[in-house]
Amino acid sequence: MPEAVRIVDEPIAGAGTVPLLAVSGLNAWYGESHILHGVDFGIAEGEVVTLLGRNGAGKTTTLKSIMGMVERRQGSIRFAGTETIGLPSNRIARSGIAFCPEERGIFASLNVKENLLLPPQVGPGGLSVDQVFELFPNLKERQASQGTKLSGGEQQMLAIGRILRTGARLLLLDEPTEGLAPVIVQQIRRTIERIKAQGFTILLVEQNFRFAATVADRHYVMENGRVVDMIPNAELESNLQKVHDYLGV
Amino acid sequence: MTEIFGVPTQALFGQLLIGLINGSFYALLSLGLAVIFGLLNIINFTHGAQYMLGAFFAYFLLNKAGLGYWWSLAIAPLASGAFGMLIERTMLKQLYKLDHLYGLLLTFGLALIIQGLFRNEYGSSGLPYPIPEELSGARNLGFMFLPNYRAWVIFASLVVCVGTWFVIERTKLGSYLRAATENPALVQAFGINVPRMITLTYGFGVGLAGLAGVMAAPIYQVSPQMGADLIIVVFAVVVIGGMGSIMGSIVTGFALGLVEGLTKVFYPEASNTVIFIIMAIVLMIKPAGLFGTQR
Repeated sequence: MPEAVRIVDEPIAGAGTVPLLAVSGLNAWYGESHILHGVDFGIAEGEVVTLLGRNGAGKTTTLKSIMGMVERRQGSIRFAGTETIGLPSNRIARSGIAFCPEERGIFASLNVKENLLLPPQVGPGGLSVDQVFELFPNLKERQASQGTKLSGGEQQMLAIGRILRTGARLLLLDEPTEGLAPVIVQQIRRTIERIKAQGFTILLVEQNFRFAATVADRHYVMENGRVVDMIPNAELESNLQKVHDYLGV
Repeated sequence: MTEIFGVPTQALFGQLLIGLINGSFYALLSLGLAVIFGLLNIINFTHGAQYMLGAFFAYFLLNKAGLGYWWSLAIAPLASGAFGMLIERTMLKQLYKLDHLYGLLLTFGLALIIQGLFRNEYGSSGLPYPIPEELSGARNLGFMFLPNYRAWVIFASLVVCVGTWFVIERTKLGSYLRAATENPALVQAFGINVPRMITLTYGFGVGLAGLAGVMAAPIYQVSPQMGADLIIVVFAVVVIGGMGSIMGSIVTGFALGLVEGLTKVFYPEASNTVIFIIMAIVLMIKPAGLFGTQR
């Protein structure tokens, strides 16, 4: 098994700056199941970084651990220099991290606008409702509809638009393109490019590395609950065989 | 004397009024149960005892502190709610990850303990609580006499129920509550302090029971058993309306009070069982209740 990549509060290899998020020796458990076995990686401010890996590698658990949604965690997660490993998820969110879950988390009892307005603002620099509607015009047309009556693509737009409002500095997106039509995937890609240009930092979990290659600066590869490799996007082409081996494609 | 379906109007409207009064208490109590069940997933069997506590708080405030009905109306729900929050923080909190049954057993046990303590101290017979002076007397509506205090109970209960519905369904605070009912972990990950919201929600639900207890004190007298007698009917109301449904508990509470009143007029023998017959029929046709959704 390749050695884990250790990155703490040091300049990030391939990014050349002190990380906004530094994960070090992260272990996590669901009940008795030990899922993460010492995850180490970092993200610099303004970067888009992906976690690649097969199903069950621990990508989603890593996001949930950063967000404080996994009960039993050990190790260190420093965000903007502050340790968050012992904080409850509401305080982690208030520190400036927002999470968009794989299943999108649209609330059936709330309409589109209520879903959009649900997360409180945690900092300056978030998009206004009008800006979200400009980004995703479909949502404006359907703002009075029940959240779960939207198509899968529209629900994904709502889930992303919802966290863009909060002013969080770091966005955690879990499989934002899963199950979506190619035209919607393109729209999500353009959105990520646009919010990256606005200075948001994004940690993206993706199985579709072809999509990841169009938006990310760097890729961390996870296997068996560890980060086993880091590939800068510029070197992805020359490492395609390695990526194929990691992902089993 | 004017008659409707062979029944004198005075008798008919008198029973409908009693039905509405009962319905007001059914609605207030089932609303509290619905709010609690929605967020905490706990069937709060202590609700009847908490209703009784509200009435006793009013009784103590009057007899020990000299504070009358209007003071009680403000203080007793707050005191009941605070007691509820203490129960939530110290006991219910431990049960959220377990089966519903554990919450039911704990709250049922607590109800028995609270009622037992009060019965031991105050006996089973009711203690009198006077109607406030401002609301004594009655007015002649032409077709019936309407006691002022009963009109006030119906009015206040409607205002509280509609107000609660409005807050839950039409405000930002309510949207947090509805969202947390569906997915509390995600709502917390958005930055909302869900454990605190759960404590306050339980306190609010218990506060509603306490308020109902204060309003009931001048009508039914203050007795350790007053909650136990009522709570079984209220659970039937909740099942008919749909567990956790806010609108369901309000509409069903008032409607079943009226149905009970009408049954007393036309077929008195069935008046004590009609709600349970309706419950059985609703369970067969729509198991999630008239306004409920399958969880």
